[in-house]
Parts: sequence; structure tokens; C-alpha cells
Amino acid sequence: MAAPHDSFWELERKNRRETALLVVVFILLFTALGCGLDFVFGNLRIIDDQITGVPLLTIIALVIGSIQSLVSYFGGAALVLASVHARPLLPDSPKEQTVLDVVGEMALAARMPVPRAYVIDDAAPNAFATGRDPQHSVICVTRGLIDEMDREELQGVLGHEMAHVRDYDIRTMMMIAVLVGGIAMLADFVYRWSWYGGFGARDGRGDRDSSSGGSGNAAALIAVAVFILAALAPIFSQLLAMAVSRQREYLADAASVEFTRNPRALLRALEHLAQTESPLKHASRGIAHLFIVNPLEGAGDDGEGFFANLLSTHPPLSKRIARLRAVAGEGGPDIAAVAVAGASPA
Amino acid sequence: MIALVILIVIAVYMVGVYNLLVRARNEVDNSWRQIDVQLKRRHDLIPNLVEAVKGYMQFERDTLTQVVEARGKAISAPDQASRVAAENQLTAGLGRLLAVMENYPQLKSDQNVMQLQEQLTTTENQIAFSRQAYNDAVLNLNNRIQSFPSNLIANNFGFKPAEYFKAAPEDQALPKVDLSLGTPHT
Repeated sequence: MAAPHDSFWELERKNRRETALLVVVFILLFTALGCGLDFVFGNLRIIDDQITGVPLLTIIALVIGSIQSLVSYFGGAALVLASVHARPLLPDSPKEQTVLDVVGEMALAARMPVPRAYVIDDAAPNAFATGRDPQHSVICVTRGLIDEMDREELQGVLGHEMAHVRDYDIRTMMMIAVLVGGIAMLADFVYRWSWYGGFGARDGRGDRDSSSGGSGNAAALIAVAVFILAALAPIFSQLLAMAVSRQREYLADAASVEFTRNPRALLRALEHLAQTESPLKHASRGIAHLFIVNPLEGAGDDGEGFFANLLSTHPPLSKRIARLRAVAGEGGPDIAAVAVAGASPA
Repeated sequence: MIALVILIVIAVYMVGVYNLLVRARNEVDNSWRQIDVQLKRRHDLIPNLVEAVKGYMQFERDTLTQVVEARGKAISAPDQASRVAAENQLTAGLGRLLAVMENYPQLKSDQNVMQLQEQLTTTENQIAFSRQAYNDAVLNLNNRIQSFPSNLIANNFGFKPAEYFKAAPEDQALPKVDLSLGTPHT
């Protein structure tokens, strides 16, 4: 729980703890589903109270997912930039020079190498960061952001993007994507094989467990559990992934304040963005989480119901603004009710 | 067997912490030097700026002179203390100059001046951020040196806490603001 007047240091610490917790839950879910499946198919067995065997299916799912993610990891920034039609940002005018300067300032404050700067020719103000690590990072802004934001707001926004680079958010979300993909793959596998009567057709292996007459029952119980898990896991993992994404957005907000030491910078920028919410022409669901505000059509980042929020990559703008107001020590709506860093999915 | 594994784990952990401390200390050194880099950048920018605005701002000779003199003192300062004092004076002088420039709208049409002003603004920001980065690096190092259990390793290998960058005493004095409507200035 975030108290009303937490410093950004405290907010960052809490955020990192919660992300770690969510990732652990993810890994447990993946392992449970995978190993449950392997039990059913006899890859894993319990002999004399010891687990033996190789969880083949779990490993296969992990390997396939990892290959997919390694491809995007190394292809990485180039693919993303091409998909949004970005081009390098050059100091063609004083405004662009200012943006480049602010990128440099934020890199200094973050104690990171200076990222490459790109620009998208879109009037909707937005920005995103990508790149596999700080040495290969890219920050991309839209035409709209350059034209509409003043220096202070730019510092807030670019500080937020710098934070994504520093905290390896791109890498974290990629790892989460591997796990989500792996879970979907395993769940899919369960359903395919259930059609072929895969379940309960493996009692032959169960006979090896000489000490219990209940091995058949245990196998059936595990099979049922796996079936239920396979039904629920995909949607649950999606919700978890979105929860992690939202956590990282809050963390990047707090880190932006750490860099600028000026909560009003990001606060003003977000208030400005709240007024001009408009979708980007070339953003896709896959990279939506990289932007500072949701770039998708009909994103309605402002509390459009409990379920919309659960599947959103970004927390509602109103909550982000409220948290920044709390850090800035300004008054506003009931801070304690809003600034809860863990009780609610947002 | 178990004892051996535990020992190996502890050894690996200790090596990890030691390397973390080394990195933290090097970051402190690096950020300290960064401040100097930014200060020198500022020294290099000032002559161009003064040259560019001189023509427009004939009545601000005092302000311009103060800036040029402070810069000279900063470059030729014999020791750290006088260097710091000169740099602070320079910061103050530049602040006044940038503020006064707002009174001359014709400056905005001069591209050269606008470019230099942006360069100066970003350099001032970078000086501030480099000091902040230094203090943050110091905070990071001191946290690790003082927290348990890394303090055990830190003390053993002679890591010492670093000192924060302090504002000069004159910076911390509250400026006197005189809002009285006394005799008008010419």
C-alpha cells in the first residue's frame, strides 16, 4: 500500500517488490501447468515418493517460447521502429534541438548512455522507448509531442521513457510474453490431446507405483486439476501480464520524478496528455505497452470499468496523475483511496 | 557435501557483492568527473554568447561583465574552494543574464542567439543533473556500504562512504528581496 506521502524512492522500492512477486506467480503458474501435463502423460512419475522423469512438455514449451523471444530481442528495436514508420530525429529546428538536448539531460540524470532518438510523423502526442539494454536503447517521440510540450513537460515524459530503459522493462515484458505464450501453448496441447483420449489412457505407467492402490485415483485427480488449470491459465496469465505492465508504468512514473526531482514536470505532461487523448495511426497491440499513454483506438484510459482496466497495458491516467499529485504534496481527491499500490489490479 | 555447496554459494555471493561495491565506487568517481566536463562546456559557450548578445544589450554592460569576470576566475582558480566559489558566481551571473534577455524581444529573431541560449540552458541543466547524478551515486554507494550484509564485505575490503556534493554556504543564504518602492533606478 502506498501511503499518501511516499517519496519516489519508496514508491520505486514497493513497485519492484510487487513486480518480483508477480513474476514469481507467473513462473509458478507455468511450472504447475507444465508439470501437471507431464504427470498426466507419464513424463514425470512418482516412484517411492520421489519425483523422477523429465518434464518434456514443459521444456519444449519453454524452448519454443524462448526462440520466439530471442528473435524479437535481437531484431528488437529495428522491427519496432519500422512498424511505426519512425525516422531518426535530427535538429532541423530549435524545437527538435531542444528535444535532443532533453534526451541528453535525462540520460545524465539516469546515469545511462544517451539513447538514439527517433520521431514518428503523427500529430497525437506520445513517446515510447525500446531496445534490449541501455547500450542499445532508442527513444521515439511523435511530432505531436514535439509541437505541444514545453521543456518541463518534455523532461517528465522523456524521464519516464529513460526509466523504462534503465529498469529493463522491455526485457521484462519480453520474458513475460514468453511465459504467456508458453502457457497458451501448454493449454492448447491439453485440449488437443483430451480429444484423443489422452487422459486416463496411461494407467500402465501408474502400475509401477507398487506401494499404493490409489495411484489410479491420484492420476485422475491430477488430470482433472490440469484440465481446469488449462482452462483458466491462459486468461489468468494475460491478466497477470497486464498487471505487470501497469506496475512498470507506475514505476517509470516514480523514476521520472527521481530523475527530474520535479513531480510537476510529469504531472503537467500527463494532464496535458489527458486532454488530448488520441490514437496513433501505426501502433499495434504488441507494442502498446511501450508508449507513455495507451496509443490504441478507444483506449479510454480513464476508468472505463473494472474489466477494461484489467486488460489494459496502462493504469488509468487519472490514477497516475493522482499519485504524482501525492508525491508533489498537493491536495486533491482522497489520496489514500486512490494510491493503493497492490490491493487493486491497477 | 551440503556444507561444500553452502560454502560455494556464500563465496559466489561475496564475490557478487564485492563487484557491486567496486562498480558503485567507480560510478561515484565517474559522476564526479562528469560535473567537470559540464562546467568546462559552459566555459566554452560563454564567449560566443556574450559576443552575440552584446550588440543588442548595450545597457546591460554590468551583467555581461560580471559573467565574463566570473568565467575568468573559474578558469584560473588556484584551488578547489575558490573554483567552487567562482563557478557559483558564474551560475548566478548567467541566471541574471538569461533573465534579462527576456526583456529584449529582438533577440528572439536572431537564430544564432536562440541557439546559444538553448545550448546554455541545456548546459546549466546538465550541470545541475550531473551534481544530482553524483549525489545519487554517492547515496547508492553509501547504502551498500552501510546495509547488512554487504557492510561486512565493504568494511573488510576498505570501502569508505563518499561525501555528498554540498551547496556553498552563500547559496543557502536566503536572497534578500526588496519590494519597497524607493527611489527609481535610472
